Amino acid sequence: MLTKKQLFTRGMLDISPHMLSVIPFGIICGAIGVELGFHPYLVYAMSFIIFGGASQIVFLQLLSGGASSLVAVASVGIINSRHLLYGAVLSEYLEKLSFIKKLLISYVVVDQGFAESNKFFKKNRSEEFLHYHLIGTGCTMWVCWQIATLSGIVLGSFVPEELGLKFAIPLTFIAIVVHDLKKLDHVIVMITCGLSSLLFFDAPFKSYIIISPIIALFVAALLLRLKK
Amino acid sequence: MTLTSIIFAGILTYLTRMTMIALISRDMLGDKIKAVLEYVPSAVFPAIIFPGIFINDFGTFIEMNDPKIFGALVAVIVGYFSKNIIATISAGLVSYWFLIFVVFN
Repeated sequence: MLTKKQLFTRGMLDISPHMLSVIPFGIICGAIGVELGFHPYLVYAMSFIIFGGASQIVFLQLLSGGASSLVAVASVGIINSRHLLYGAVLSEYLEKLSFIKKLLISYVVVDQGFAESNKFFKKNRSEEFLHYHLIGTGCTMWVCWQIATLSGIVLGSFVPEELGLKFAIPLTFIAIVVHDLKKLDHVIVMITCGLSSLLFFDAPFKSYIIISPIIALFVAALLLRLKK
Repeated sequence: MTLTSIIFAGILTYLTRMTMIALISRDMLGDKIKAVLEYVPSAVFPAIIFPGIFINDFGTFIEMNDPKIFGALVAVIVGYFSKNIIATISAGLVSYWFLIFVVFN
């Protein structure tokens, strides 16, 4: 049985490789916000209040492009609605926590943290303080995101644009799903999601990001039925 | 006011994180739904990966000889065999840089 501290550290270690892509991306996000003409405090406030990677850039781009705040807020909500799926998966492991703890831990659920903690949870179901792993991944992400976006806001885009570091984001997610490529059913689900996201890319409010997972999960349900 | 919108966007985002964790109990999800939820990572992350590779900053499709496609393929191969996140990201970036700075320059 691992202690709380060991689980927290394990969570930190499991997510830290992803900082290779998260930190440059955070710097870019901070710098873009200021370049678009928003007050530095507002750009930073988003990292604290929304704490949601790409959705922060989309929000500012929409507002600076003349979209109404309603459209900008709705887009953030839709982009981030994928967290509902993460929550549904994680709820199984977090059900023993008190309501207050659930409310607190929810704030630090992010893509990479969910991915790494979920992998750990599946292998270590019997651990008593599993949630400390999720706190470890989430807090690491939170601290790095705050520092990275702040540096981008203060120092500007000191990451040369020619390097195309935004490309590190799809790469970080490739690293997360690549092991499931050996399972045919997962490959089918991934391709369904990926092709749907390209097909629906122009759907309003960036809704491709939730439409394609829903289609892919339907396909997953069909595959499960075929398997039996 | 931009700050008000940010706060609303923040509340909405928090609700997406909190709803399923705090308000849904395990018993409300049947075994079938749980089995489908096993596929969540495979069903969600390609929606970030594919547009990140195949669609450029202007929202249009890239050419089929774009260096990103090659970089992503290298990342998939390195990731599959190395099972290492840093190796996967670095391999993708370095092969992408090799193409844009050395080959296409």
